[in-house]
Amino acid sequence: MERSQAQFRRVAHRSGPPITLSFDGVPIRATTGDSVLAALLENGALARRLEFGAEPRAGFCLMGACQDCWVWSAAGGRIRACTTPVSEGMQLFAEPQGMAGAHG
Amino acid sequence: MAEIVIIGAGPAGISAAELLVANGLKPILIDEGTRAGGQGYRRPADDLPLDMTKLMGSEAGRYVALHKRFAALRSQIDYRPQTLVWAIDGQRLHLLRDGRAETLDCDSLLIASGAMDRIAPFPGWTTPGVFTLGGAQVALKDQGCLIGSRVAFLGSSPLLTLAAKQYRAMGAEIAVIADTTPFSTKLAAMPALLGAPRTLLRGLSYMAAALRAGIPMLHGVTPVAVEGDGRVEALVLRDGSGRERRFPCDAIALGYGLKPETQLADLAGAAFAYDPDFRLFLPKIDGFGRARPGLYLAGDGVRIGGADAAEASGALAAHAILADLGRAQDIAMIRPLARRVARLRDFQRGLARAFAWPREQIAALPDSVTLCRCESVTIGEVRTAMAKALGPVEVNRVKAMTRCGMGRCQGRVCGPALQEIVAAGTGQGGEAAGRLRGQAPVKPIALAAAEEPA
Amino acid sequence: MSTQTTDVAIVGGGLIGAWTAFFLARRGQRVTLIEKGVVGEQSSGVNFGNLRLQGRFPGQYPLSLRSQALWEDFDALIGEDCEFEQTGHLYLAYDEEEHAKLEGYAKVSESYGLAIERVSPADLRRRWPWLSERAVAATFSARDATANPRLATPAVARAAARQGAIIRENTRVTAVDREGDGFALTLADGSRISCGALVNCAGAWALEIAERFNETAPVFPAGPPQFVTEPFPYRIEPSVQAIDGSVIFRQIPRGNIILAGYPRTAADPQANRAPVPPAKTLAAMRALARVAPMLAQCHVIRVWSGIEAYLPDMIPVIGRSGTTPGLFHAFGFCGHGFQIGPGVGLSLSEMILDGETPTPLEPFAITRFRSAATVSEKFRKEFD
Repeated sequence: MERSQAQFRRVAHRSGPPITLSFDGVPIRATTGDSVLAALLENGALARRLEFGAEPRAGFCLMGACQDCWVWSAAGGRIRACTTPVSEGMQLFAEPQGMAGAHG
Repeated sequence: MAEIVIIGAGPAGISAAELLVANGLKPILIDEGTRAGGQGYRRPADDLPLDMTKLMGSEAGRYVALHKRFAALRSQIDYRPQTLVWAIDGQRLHLLRDGRAETLDCDSLLIASGAMDRIAPFPGWTTPGVFTLGGAQVALKDQGCLIGSRVAFLGSSPLLTLAAKQYRAMGAEIAVIADTTPFSTKLAAMPALLGAPRTLLRGLSYMAAALRAGIPMLHGVTPVAVEGDGRVEALVLRDGSGRERRFPCDAIALGYGLKPETQLADLAGAAFAYDPDFRLFLPKIDGFGRARPGLYLAGDGVRIGGADAAEASGALAAHAILADLGRAQDIAMIRPLARRVARLRDFQRGLARAFAWPREQIAALPDSVTLCRCESVTIGEVRTAMAKALGPVEVNRVKAMTRCGMGRCQGRVCGPALQEIVAAGTGQGGEAAGRLRGQAPVKPIALAAAEEPA
Repeated sequence: MSTQTTDVAIVGGGLIGAWTAFFLARRGQRVTLIEKGVVGEQSSGVNFGNLRLQGRFPGQYPLSLRSQALWEDFDALIGEDCEFEQTGHLYLAYDEEEHAKLEGYAKVSESYGLAIERVSPADLRRRWPWLSERAVAATFSARDATANPRLATPAVARAAARQGAIIRENTRVTAVDREGDGFALTLADGSRISCGALVNCAGAWALEIAERFNETAPVFPAGPPQFVTEPFPYRIEPSVQAIDGSVIFRQIPRGNIILAGYPRTAADPQANRAPVPPAKTLAAMRALARVAPMLAQCHVIRVWSGIEAYLPDMIPVIGRSGTTPGLFHAFGFCGHGFQIGPGVGLSLSEMILDGETPTPLEPFAITRFRSAATVSEKFRKEFD
């Protein structure tokens, strides 16, 4: 996946331990204390694709109110990116993995 | 011993807790977030080297003081961060903590749930890179990030210039500050703003600073569109003289003032009334913030007023709690608090005129604009459904017909604009358009949260 | 004050009233439908949306099958979409007692011509792998379906209006009197409606009219607490129900999952309120996570309930008044009125216009309450 230009621009750097996570298979470097959304948007301009029509979204209110930044996790959980801090080894996705299509 | 619970560890909740502690009580203070301080006085992470004085200017002193007060208070209260109250059933609060459901029974409940931005949609507003004005400040204070490198500030609010100033101080290019309220309207509102002269002067100084810095500042604009394929590339708008202007940018901070987050007050049984100055349904309260005996509302979560009003109203609510518990009233303390709250909340009425909620612009938006971003419902779909209805409709009916307001945010973002589309469509006014009925859960909760401990 | 004259006045703008108005108007009758709020606002608009054929009261099958044919033809008949989906319905049994009950239901359904598949645990795993493995038996009825209750009643009411019916929303009836061979209704604004026939389908408020004409039924209100989740990848096609009623759920193609389940809870028709106790929501969440573990991380975004009218024998009142020629009742649908709505409307129109209907409605007579009411087994199990 091509790395697109970052949305967020960091102007104050945390000094804590570094963290590696991945988004749509691409590794992302972040720092302990960063929110998942900040980590994603420092590396691109996408958090998820809307269920209806796959329109890209990148969060909106950044304070846990608009519910527009829920991302998919390989661990099966769902994460509200703006209110969740990054943790080591997170594997996150803009769309649900391996669930679509096989309905019955 | 009466169980007193405060929801919200912002300035209102903290001030209330302080007063209760000073009277020998030990309230429970619940907050959804990790760090106390609420949104406006959001405290950056300890390891984020932001010069808060630089960022907050003259507000910095109050900000430092609030956090010192909380630090002193913490050991004297039962502080429960990272705890969501998702439902209220009479005196029982339903909580979510660490992904698990719990309950908490209370005798006195103070809700100080704060506010969020009020949003008016326009073509392209769901494009990645458009964030709320409040969100733009959170990105900076909470995450040390600018929402973009070249940022446009759009909407109508005194915070537009403040946020632009902070962004500029941190190195962003400011594409434009574009206010939808005409300058003449702001001038006409000036007499109403004299009630808080320091605030007025501060606001004017921000505007002057922006002009000195050569930042384009427009009044009376009409947003036309966001340009960009999958991300913001430019903001197009019509200026006050009707000329179309294009501002290349990579992020837009959008906001039309704040609206109280009243979902918990609704679940707790507060009655609501329409306020025509703000064009919002707000909880009914007495001069102390009492919604009914046992239920108290304070801060921006009941009436927008800013941090000073939040602190004073939190203290007032605590006085009401004490009175209802049979403690004597301290009139000498109460009167100045009540006056301050009234003055600051009244000031907001003047601000609402100077920075007007753009209801006519909303009513004139084209059908293709997304109204509900959760469910992807357009303004056109809402208008079509209204035209089909057998009689005049209100917002809950429109929601049932179109799914607008049925998504994860349950109408937090689209609610105010939906009210205006319905009001304009029926011609029967904002109050008749009605208020979206609240239901639990106040925020989404996973099925797994209900699992009982093994 | 003004008096409007009509052939048939229908009190109650739910699904029953809307379908009745539609069929009458289609046959050229002057019809006025009177609704105190907006059409479909009460039970008709908040129910689960099941068009279930399995597990119905045996005497209801002719009505039910006739109704399903109308649902299947909804778009052509009504001219609008109500999100009808032939999802099929899956009943699950978790022990041998439930298995026996399942088999009993299946035999009744089959006796009325429904095709019911018995599904073994192995077949369940193969066809619906998202189901947890606890069920001992299941039956699947392919003709069962679902639709969107929020859209259905307003669509039928609009179709009735296009056929010439007058639909009066936000209109309260304050008095009903006998007038010759017909009736005179007084409305809250003082105006009057004169009609030849009167249909009482006022749901939880229907006794006001019934008792005016010296008959009654032991109606009580209750609410069906439900919740809906955020959109989740579409995996669940059938409408699913544990036979003990503890969990009833379906997923719409948009992805949201709707869940209902017994016991039902309190509802207040006077205050127009039906609160959902959060503890019930948590119980329902646990139940759903047990049945479909893949949904553990799916988030509930809203709860709701409504005001339904129940009778202790768990079957509705449908048919002629026992005291007053020209008066017809259709109320107390015990939470299962959505599916039979069209058939009830059609049958009532036939009774009014032709004096009779081919659909047997004897079990639903209001006169059955002249003697002591039988209390259904279901009543004991399904309420709080």
